[in-house]
Amino acid sequence: MLAAEGGSPTPVLTNIVILVLAAFVGFQVISKVPNTLHTPLMSGTNAIHGIVLLGGLVAIANATGFLNRFILVIAIAFGTINVVGGFLVTDRMLSMFKRKPEPVAEAEEPKS
Amino acid sequence: MTATAFFQDLDFITACYLVAFSLFIIGLSKLTSPTTAVQGNKIAAFGMLVAVLATLLEPGLGASDFLLIAIGIGIGTAVGVPAARNVKMTQMPQMVALFNGVGGGAVALISWAEFRAAGGDLSSDLAVGIPLVFAAIIGSISFWGSNIAFGKLQGLISGSPVKIPAGLFVNIGLLAVAAGSGLAILLGSESQGLFILILVAAAVLGNLAVLPIGGADMPVVISTLNAFTGLSAAAAGIALSNYALIVAGMIVGASGTILTDQMAKAMNRSIGSVLLGGFGGEVAAVEGGASETGGTVRSTSAADVAILLAYARLVVIVPGYGMAVAQAQHTVRELSKALEKKGIEVKFAIHPVAGRMPGHMNVLLAEADVPYDQLREMDDINGEFSRTDVSLVIGANDVTNPDARLKPDSPIYGMPILNVDESKQVIVLKRSMASGFAGIENPLFYNDTTQMLFGDAKASVAEITSELNQL
Repeated sequence: MLAAEGGSPTPVLTNIVILVLAAFVGFQVISKVPNTLHTPLMSGTNAIHGIVLLGGLVAIANATGFLNRFILVIAIAFGTINVVGGFLVTDRMLSMFKRKPEPVAEAEEPKS
Repeated sequence: MTATAFFQDLDFITACYLVAFSLFIIGLSKLTSPTTAVQGNKIAAFGMLVAVLATLLEPGLGASDFLLIAIGIGIGTAVGVPAARNVKMTQMPQMVALFNGVGGGAVALISWAEFRAAGGDLSSDLAVGIPLVFAAIIGSISFWGSNIAFGKLQGLISGSPVKIPAGLFVNIGLLAVAAGSGLAILLGSESQGLFILILVAAAVLGNLAVLPIGGADMPVVISTLNAFTGLSAAAAGIALSNYALIVAGMIVGASGTILTDQMAKAMNRSIGSVLLGGFGGEVAAVEGGASETGGTVRSTSAADVAILLAYARLVVIVPGYGMAVAQAQHTVRELSKALEKKGIEVKFAIHPVAGRMPGHMNVLLAEADVPYDQLREMDDINGEFSRTDVSLVIGANDVTNPDARLKPDSPIYGMPILNVDESKQVIVLKRSMASGFAGIENPLFYNDTTQMLFGDAKASVAEITSELNQL
């Protein structure tokens, strides 16, 4: 797996290229998020972190034996908690952020 | 090529991953403004759906696997949905700590399962072995560290710093045990016990690293653990050669790193001093030189504050964690509405560490229906204090301490603060004269322009509002 085939880089190098580029993109995108939204940002990245769910799905295809499968079912459950819980709670938080109502409509305050 | 073969093709799955992480990045870039953020979150969630569905096309998955996957996803949904629906906004730091924990735990478990699937042989392919060991260590530290952080925030464990004798050496020793066991496995040992030793040593390290850290340092801890879980996912992604995991993990890692850095700066502390020391040592050093401030404190009444406010043009409210503890955010919103009804401009000055996690105070005020355009960040509002008629400090202390700006020998010197002392009048709502978490006296309280309103923040604010409405 480490050997290069026909001029293309080894898979691990391709992975590291992607890793480094993702780090730059991540820093660029996240540094533009204002302080106001840092809590939803954290819960949102928690949700994206739930991507480890995919690791569980891939791994369970090759898993044999009770213990291996049991470990991975827990991992999948953990990942799902991140995904489902993270996106839901972020949505709940973000929908509370409201602009100042127009002076005309100020009499009736929208209730969350 | 048949249709099934096409969809199960690795290239097709990879193309789906490309779509998925593009959606993550688009979604996150919409988080730059509250107007587009809700949509951004939905885009990212859709990206996740694409990624999960694509992975389910993996040719290796059999019928029994799908049953297990359904069980796992079912359990996760049953736990995650009610938790997300019912959590109180004051409890968000605990919630995020818990999410960090399960994320790190998932990575640690996957790396263990992969180690077992390889029959313990990680030495023949180090490109898989090294990231797998790394993911196991970081994942396990995050899981246990986050659980302790959760316990502290939830009040299950004492929030004050727990001093561990020779803690630094113990932690370095534990890291050495985990790394050493990992090295032995990478060099050819196929011992199951050694891998478990990695997980256990990292687990103890996670516990011992977070236990000594006090409650007020939690913003830094949560952000750091957030970065850790991201990096562990990226490492697992390299081990599994899964592009979606690498990109998403790295983005989370970048986010956690940025937030950790910002929080540490806002508290004027290095990340190292938070993670290695707890706050214990520095407090002791502080107490010696603190008591010289002296002077007299003027206390006032709710009725007087109401009159003062009624004649103001610009009022800045400075909320601190004390306001959240007193559950006074809705009462404060009533006060700001009453002021606006009289044509008085109201702004909220939010210090980056006003809550227990980055941006926490903004969420609490948004929940109380404070419009986000009234919430001002520190750099933005600091220029406005000089034209502020009344600053109302509610449950905040250290973040308003002018010593940070004026007294080079103060332990908080250099910490960015809200320049409340520049406003014409300052009203400080406080339970008593006790000092803030850092144990430092605040000369702001002794200024000629400052008046103290002692009592429970919620009751005081309600009283001011009712007095104001009668004027």
